[in-house]
Parts: sequence; structure tokens; C-alpha cells
Amino acid sequence: MQPQALGTLILTALLTACAATSGGKTTSSDKSAAAAATAQSTAPSELYPSTYRVPQGAPTLIRNATVLTGTGTRLDDADVLIVDGKIQSVGQNLQAPAGGQVIDGKGHWVTPGLIDVHSHLGVYPSPGVDANSDGNEATSPATPNVWAEHSVWPQDPGFRTALAGGITSLQILPGSANLIGGRSVVLKNVPSITYQGMKFPGAKQGLKMACGENPKRVYGERNTFPSTRMGNVAGYREQWVQAQEYLRDQQEYEQKKANGDKDAKPPKRDIKLDTLAAVLKGDIIVHMHCYRADEMATILDMSKEFGYHVAAFHHAVEAYKISDLLAENGVCGAMWADWWGFKMEAYDGIPENIAFVDAAPNGCAIVHSDSAEGVQRLNQEAAKAIAYGQRAGLTIPPERAIKWLTANPARSLGLLDRVGTLETGKMGDVVVWNGNPFSVYALADYVFIDGALRYDRSNPALTPQSDFTLGQPAAAGVYP
Amino acid sequence: MKSIKTLLCALGVLASLPLAAAPVLIKNATVHTASSAGVLEHTDVLISDGKIAELGHDLQAPAGAEVIDAAGQPVTPGLFGGFSHLGIEEIGLEPTVDDYSLKLGSMRPEFDVTPAFNPESVILGVARLGGITFAVISATAEPGGKGPGGTIIAGQGSVAQLDGIIVPKSHALFVDVGGDASALSGGSRAAQYMLLDQAISEVRSPKSLLPNDQRLLTPAGRQTLQQYLDGHGIVVFDADRASDIRQVIALAQREKLHAVIKGGAEAWRVAPELAAAHIAVVLDPLQDLPDSFDIVGATLENAARLNRAGVKIAFSLSDPQPHNIRKVRQTAGIAVAHGLPWEAALAALTSNPAEIFGVAGRNGTIARGRPADLVLWSADPLEVTSLAQRVFIEGKSQPMQSRQTLLRDRYLEKLRANAAR
Repeated sequence: MQPQALGTLILTALLTACAATSGGKTTSSDKSAAAAATAQSTAPSELYPSTYRVPQGAPTLIRNATVLTGTGTRLDDADVLIVDGKIQSVGQNLQAPAGGQVIDGKGHWVTPGLIDVHSHLGVYPSPGVDANSDGNEATSPATPNVWAEHSVWPQDPGFRTALAGGITSLQILPGSANLIGGRSVVLKNVPSITYQGMKFPGAKQGLKMACGENPKRVYGERNTFPSTRMGNVAGYREQWVQAQEYLRDQQEYEQKKANGDKDAKPPKRDIKLDTLAAVLKGDIIVHMHCYRADEMATILDMSKEFGYHVAAFHHAVEAYKISDLLAENGVCGAMWADWWGFKMEAYDGIPENIAFVDAAPNGCAIVHSDSAEGVQRLNQEAAKAIAYGQRAGLTIPPERAIKWLTANPARSLGLLDRVGTLETGKMGDVVVWNGNPFSVYALADYVFIDGALRYDRSNPALTPQSDFTLGQPAAAGVYP
Repeated sequence: MKSIKTLLCALGVLASLPLAAAPVLIKNATVHTASSAGVLEHTDVLISDGKIAELGHDLQAPAGAEVIDAAGQPVTPGLFGGFSHLGIEEIGLEPTVDDYSLKLGSMRPEFDVTPAFNPESVILGVARLGGITFAVISATAEPGGKGPGGTIIAGQGSVAQLDGIIVPKSHALFVDVGGDASALSGGSRAAQYMLLDQAISEVRSPKSLLPNDQRLLTPAGRQTLQQYLDGHGIVVFDADRASDIRQVIALAQREKLHAVIKGGAEAWRVAPELAAAHIAVVLDPLQDLPDSFDIVGATLENAARLNRAGVKIAFSLSDPQPHNIRKVRQTAGIAVAHGLPWEAALAALTSNPAEIFGVAGRNGTIARGRPADLVLWSADPLEVTSLAQRVFIEGKSQPMQSRQTLLRDRYLEKLRANAAR
């Protein structure tokens, strides 16, 4: 789907990190109360848990490449060593470990695996038939109870084409029809029959929220609430007030229990409020679809009213107007390079948007796709942003721009301590490019995820086809 | 009435007269002619009176000429922006500025989007800065939802130059076939050929016309379709699935239509038949996923394979929204990364579309005596990090400013002030 088409289609994302942190052990003899309390306090990573396991494999040494570390550094003629699925070291003249494979990186560039923080792969998969349209629960403006992962179809052929573009992790979001669209999930881009087999171990879920035209159009056209931007804000606030009360009731109950009150009854469980309460506790990360500068400022005030943090504004077509405000509040902008005008709130889009957000002191720019096409070449989207930024007088070397695709998205997902750079101990998510990745001619030659080679351009058989394309007489995918 | 018409004609003539612009001499360019003349290294280009007055070495600047030192940078013909709603869709989802679709529920080939074209649309300026100088303004059929919708004949469009001129006699008729058009043809793609057959027979066999209430076409519609059946104008068939393309080839040959395939995601599977029938394909090189069952065979190698088979190709984004048609240049580079020769990719952005849509006399190549429709690039024109530095249409230097650059400059000041704090 084209970004514009998606934009008009409505995207709302709810990212939820791990639901709730585990509370104290239940001692109540009231079985139903115990069950409720247990369910409520189960860590989200323990619900529908990840079954992804890092494959055991030999170490890999990539030699003599141009390395962009994701920390803002460029190393020429450098080596990258991956051992036991993790980055062991980056430097010069590293020793090849016994039994390991060696890749000659001469003429190649090496980067951390790319991370797309805004994807609908699996929830709006190919083929885009009605029966597969699972990204927007557009039946109520607030659906924090839904989880994108319960819609993800792991056979979406788009995962494979994204892998060919160097994508190693993705955040799958609900669409933007709703004010509060539901929880997101972070996936490793590995082939799997179940989404649990792709789920990024230990990653928090996100909460997808949406500003502006989409929710008010979807519900306004039905003559239901909300039909205006002021209605949108009232709609979020009503939800947050409920969440605060729910959280207070829970805390009162936990307190009573801790005080030995055997008659203490847990509040009635509500899976919508479970999600919102988890946001207020910091266990779920908010990702918000928002185009206009003034609306982003309103949302920041609302986040202060209720005491939560917005990790990133997605699309953020007018972020360049408030790059200072975003930076001061520690909020990333997740943006396209050049899409604009496909609706009124996108009319002021400019191709310098990413570069401007990046240029603000402490700015956090992210290149996102929101598209099964765009996710295949986030590197080129960044390249365009570099060119436009430089035309405006901003200096953006490759070692800086790569952060838009690696470290910054990792930061917004709360995963910077595990992925996003080529630092010792981080996951061995690595892309070997056939040249400078910021080029229209750039192609990924090898993609490693946790040290395992998942894509080799010269060996298509390494990456299995989706079950869907198997046996289709014309199926071509990325390969002939 | 007649006098008003005469007056309008006179005004039209006045408006189309090129303004007397100073000559421009571009020195030392790498000129990609997109013609059999190939690439001319270290070449000077003299633009005068709207035309390429001279191409050669050590040309002398006429008095008053602007001289540009290209320092070896590439010059190409102005690029083709593909099929789009340029000038007829200012903003998506806003009915008051969206004029590309007729939803009367009846088949009206006489519907022509051209009168709705707004040469003042800010999108033209944005696209010009991307090196785009001509495009096909397209009608698009849409289903009606609760009300009446369109039909498989979407209507007509024309070639427009991005200086705001509609090119005379460059009409094309847009016909939609395949699975995504089933909602426009009563629920079956088979009915698309049934309806086209009926419409054609209403033109070809006027004596056997059905009673009025059973006809598909109005008298004006029959007249319009007649022109296309007589070979005047191009019929653009939006078709992707190999079997649909074969149906279009058969129809075009039977009715002697001047047909072009738009989309053509599976065209590579029908390449020999397309080449034999001399039917060109205007494709989106980025289509590589089975977005629908019509394009299960989509591949990034579509362009390379069609070119290898001798099919004439041009590029267009698959989405007709006009705002980002500058991206078509990137799609050409990606086609190169997937096997298309570089020169063939440039031709698919320049000379090929100019030939396909009958405007080769004014767009698509660089040659002495031709209107000066060209772009000076910072570097490789197919590379995403390159930008257009100068754009000329009919010899006139285009302002390198758009609503977007004005927004940029306004907020760049704020950015600099904050950074300096």
C-alpha cells in the first residue's frame, strides 16, 4: 500500500509494552480474586510470550568494510565480529575465530540492522483483500483492549521483501482510525509460523494513538463522537481519567492486601484499562500518529496532565515547525522523506522535515515507512532527507544519518540497550550493503539477525518464501 | 457568443507566446540527449527563443546571455511525471479540489478532466523542482459508495507541461479493467469486455442502436469513442494480471486501437505478445508484492524484463495522487539496481513517454532546434541524493522555488535561531 493510501486509510497505533509489572505474590484464598489479580499483574512478556530463540551458529567476521556503528561513528577498513549472536567487537585487524565464517567486506558498507517503528506488515498484509484487513478495529474510537499482534499474519510476503531491505526489527501498529487504536508489538524479522516466533524477547508493547483527521472523519461520518479535533482531545482525556481511577483502585487494593486485609476485593478487571494503566505506570510506550505542529503541542500538554511520556510522534509532517519543542520534551519524530498533500493535515509537508528534526539540539529523527513499499528501502528515504537537508545548509554525514534508521528507532522502542548500534554485547543485527547505503543503487548483500544469516542476495533459497506465494504460478517476489 | 470565442482564442494565443527571455548558455555539461545521439561529453547548450539553438563545443554566449558553468554535471531532457491528478487534485480527501472522477453512474467517454486543470496548483512548482516537466493528467474511475459511481471508462485526460500548458491534441482515454475494476462493471471482470463490446458496437453500428434506455453512450460519447476507434488518441488500459493484458491485446488488435498498458505488474509474463503488438507499458517499477490477486507476479525486474523483450516502457507511480510524482525518478534508479540498463531507465523517463503520448516534438529529447525542455542536475539524475539545479520548459528558466521551499525558509530561520541559543 502506498503511504498516501495508508494515510487516508487511517492509521492508529497502540503500542503497549509489557502489560503490567508483576506485583506481589497472591495470597488471597478467594480464588476468583486471585485469578483476577494474577492476570492483571502478569508481566506482558509472559502473556502470549515470545518463542523466538536465537539459533546457535558459528561466529562471523566481516572484514575491511566501511562501518557505520550507529553511534555517530564511521570506521573505514574496519572489521565487525559477531559471536554467539552478539556483537563482540568492532575495530581493525580482528582475529577470525576458529570455525567461524569470514566475509570480505571490501567495497561494502556495514550498518546495524534497520528498525522500522511504523509498520502494518501482517495486520494489513499482501494480498490486501478484505479478509486480510485486520489493522483497524474501527468500531469504537477507543480500543486500547486490542493488540496488533493478535492480527499479525506471519505469512505476509512483505516481511521477506523488508528483510531484503535490511530490516531486522519492526514495530507493528494498529491503524489510526481510532483515538486509541490498541497495543503494538515489536517483532524480529525472522520467518515463523506464529507471531510469537517473531516476537522481540522482552520488548515492551506500545500504545497507538491518533490525532487529527482520521478519527474525526471515521466517527464524524457516522455522526458519532468524535467529529472534531476538540472532540478528539476530550475523547483521550475521558480515557485517561478512567485509567487514573482504575490505577488508584488497583493500588488501594494492593495496599489493603499488603496490610493484611483479607476482605480486600480487587477491582473488576477491564482489559481496556489494563492497557491504559500500564501506560501510566510506564510499562507501555505511547506512539502517536500526529501531523500538525499545533496538535502535537496539545498532545504534549495532555501527556503532562496525565503523567505519561510520548515516545514518538509518527508521520509528524509538521515536526519541522516545532523541532525545538520535540527535542526539549525528549520526543522523537518518526517521519517520511517526502510524502505530503494526500490530505489537508499533510499539506505543509516539506522534504527537509527529517533533517530539521535532526538538527535541533538533542533532536531525535526517525525515518519510518508506514508502507510495505517504503519499508524495503528506508535507507533511500534517509538519503533523500540528507540531500534536501544539505541543500538547506545542514551537514549530515552518513554516520549521523544512519542513526535515523537504527539507534533512534531503538531508543523510541525502549530497546537502545539491546539493538540499534554495533556496540559490544548488543544483538548481532547487522546489514552488509553492496556500497554506500544512501544510494538508489544500494542493495543489502547479507542480513544477520542475532548473528544468524537470514538473507543472502546471492542465495535466495536461504530466505523461505511465504506459504502464500508458494505454488502461485507467477509468484516472483524479490527474486526471479 | 462567437465574438467571445474569438476573444478567448486570441487570449489563448497570447498566453502561449513565449516571453522574450534572455538566451542561456550552459557550458561544459554532460548532455544525455535520450536520443540516438547518446551522451555528449563536455558540451555546451545554447538556449534561445525557447529552443535549443545550438549544441556543441566552445559556443559563444550571445549578448545578454546568462552563462551557467555546468562543470561536467549532467543535463537531461525534462522528466515525465507519469499518470497523475496533477492540477486536478490539490489535496486528497477534499472533494472541492478533487476533479478527476465522474460519478454519474453512466458511461461517459466524453468526460474530459482537462478543463478542470489548474495551472496555479502549488503541486506543479513542487514537481518542477524535482525535474518533472511533463505528465499525463488522468481521469480515474471510482465506485460510488452509496451513490452512483464511475464506470470502466473513466474519461479523458491530456499531456500537460509543468509550466501550466495543456498540450493540444494529446488526449488519452482511460479504461480500467481487472479485479479492482469489478465494482465498476457490475461485479465481474468478464463484464468489462461485454460493456466495451457494446459501447464499440454503438459507435460502429449506429443502425442497430438499441432503444435509448438501453444504450450505454450518449451521442457525444459515441462521437468521442469514434475518434479513438479511428486511431486519433491513445486508449490507456489499466491492467495488471497477465490474462487481462492478453484480453486487452486482443481487443486492441481487433479494434485497431492505439493502446497503452498502465500498471502492467505482470506484463513481463506477456512481454513477447506486447512487443509483437507494439503496445507500450507504463509501469511502476516498485511493485513487487502481491497486493492483490491481479499482481501475484509482481517483481522488481518487470522493467528490465520488458525492456529486454523489446517492449517500450515508461515509468509512473501506481498511485495517481500528484503530490509526490517527483518520486518517479527514484523508481527509475531502482529499476537500474534490478537489471535495467541506465540509458534505458532514462529513456523510460524522457523519450519513451514523449513518443508514447505523441509529444516527442516538444518533450523527451535534447536536440538542436527542439524546444528547450531540460534539467541541469547536481549529479547522476537517477540517484536519490541528486537534485535538480535548473529546469527549463520551452526555453524558459523555471523558478527554483515552491510553496515547500518557502515553508522551509521560514522555519529554517527559527531552526538557526534555536541552534544558536
